[in-house]
Amino acid sequence: MYALRDKYAIAGIGWTEFSKNSGRTVRSLASEACLKAIDDSGLKVADIDGFVSFNFNDSVPAISVATEIGVPAARYANDFLSGGNAANMIVLTAAAVIEAGLAETVLCYRAMNGRSGFRLGGGRDLSAHGITQFTAPFGWITYPQAMAMWCRRHMIEYGTNSEQLGELAVTFRSNAVNNERAMQRDPITMDDYRNSRMIVEPFRMLDICLETDGACAVLVTSAERARDLKRKPVYITGGAYGGGPNQGEDLFDAIRWPDQSHNYAKYIADDLWRSAGMGPSDIDIAQIYDCFTYSVLMQLEGLGFCKEGEGGPFVQGGRIARDGALPLNTAGGLLSEGYIHGLNHVIEAVQQLRGDAGARQVADIETCLTTAGAMTCGSAMVLRN
Amino acid sequence: MTPYNKPLPAENVETKPFWDACRQGKLSMQRCKQCGHHRFPPTFYCPKCNSPEHEWIDSKGLGSVFSWIVVRHPVPRDVYAADVPYVVALIALDEGVRIPSNIVGVEPEKVTAGMRVRVIFRQVTPEITLPLFEPVPEQQ
Ligand SMILES: [Zn+2]
Repeated sequence: MYALRDKYAIAGIGWTEFSKNSGRTVRSLASEACLKAIDDSGLKVADIDGFVSFNFNDSVPAISVATEIGVPAARYANDFLSGGNAANMIVLTAAAVIEAGLAETVLCYRAMNGRSGFRLGGGRDLSAHGITQFTAPFGWITYPQAMAMWCRRHMIEYGTNSEQLGELAVTFRSNAVNNERAMQRDPITMDDYRNSRMIVEPFRMLDICLETDGACAVLVTSAERARDLKRKPVYITGGAYGGGPNQGEDLFDAIRWPDQSHNYAKYIADDLWRSAGMGPSDIDIAQIYDCFTYSVLMQLEGLGFCKEGEGGPFVQGGRIARDGALPLNTAGGLLSEGYIHGLNHVIEAVQQLRGDAGARQVADIETCLTTAGAMTCGSAMVLRN
Repeated sequence: MTPYNKPLPAENVETKPFWDACRQGKLSMQRCKQCGHHRFPPTFYCPKCNSPEHEWIDSKGLGSVFSWIVVRHPVPRDVYAADVPYVVALIALDEGVRIPSNIVGVEPEKVTAGMRVRVIFRQVTPEITLPLFEPVPEQQ
């Protein structure tokens, strides 16, 4: 029995504009999202006593946000040096921190000038230190190049094809059309996908997410307290974080990973479902980490929505559309809404579970799965209303 | 001639024997003295038995393509513009470890899963020699 099941809740959410060039400091973006999350919950700045965030040395420390917005006493502040794999883990950490008595009201945020500042997709340190000395000298440098190597493995093993990847890109874009936050709202067709420029085979431009400036914040407190606040609580029913053997020396490194045709998801599936007391068939909608189209397939397979290798056919035929059996990435995903390193998936989950998603609302839902991470480690949560 | 402007391996105390071997035209890897496990990339401890005792052995330099990508869009552009398209592969060496490298001497479209490849060495600066791979010619 998972000790935290439904004991903690998301009581507030906030976000900034998502853009290509914010013209602002990352700190001010973080502060804006945090202030909006506090306001959304009906609490006051003085009620906040904890912060959890993650960054690639491209954000600001939690204490600097606490300083800017005038938090009187931050009792807990944790900045994980981590990628998108942490975007759900920070929310789970907030619950654990409150359970431990280290804080009572915790803000989780991710803020970045991901397009105008430090570009995750644009390249990495070319000095080739550490594990990078075995990758960068061969021109294997960017995350699209890293993930394309994984995608090819799935194609080799299971015959996965570009039409199946395109289905994800086209479907998520159709969801973004109804999302005022989304960076890309013009509908695309499968022909647009096929004609999209090849970046690194097997990935086209439309297989790759959008580098984004912006911030998201999520306020976590006890479910008991959340029920007395302004908004309908969204309960953290279960969650898990981790990966399998040989997760590598950094996020890029999967040289020793068992096989790139599967990712972290299969290693956390048992923990996730046991913690939530549910299984895949109990999930109404899902926000799946889509830094690339392909990463969605590994997570659907790994978490048991379909068998290993069957992710390609699974996403075809309308199943993942807004009116399908398992609507995915209802805000447009990292591919079309924007890339706040996966925390924007949690914002969308909360809006959907509150019934606040406007034109893109999926009717009659009680549960939403969120995931974070694409490669050797990651995190996932089951949220409910 | 323009100076070599691509990333160069910054060797350290654990990896120096690997790059030293490349300079001598050899592809080498660690073998645990206690349990015999082959490992790459280099580490201080054996992940199987945790022994730090190891020796460097020469690979036969033969393997097969485990996965590969074709880079069409150069990043950074000024560094790789003249190289695209180029192939990066994960090569499963016959000794049981995987190593990233480039596949050269073949059109990118002709690379296939499981294709047999062999190591060649290319000196790119006076100090650094990189191990690259090319297809093993078909048996006559
Ligand atoms: Zn050993």
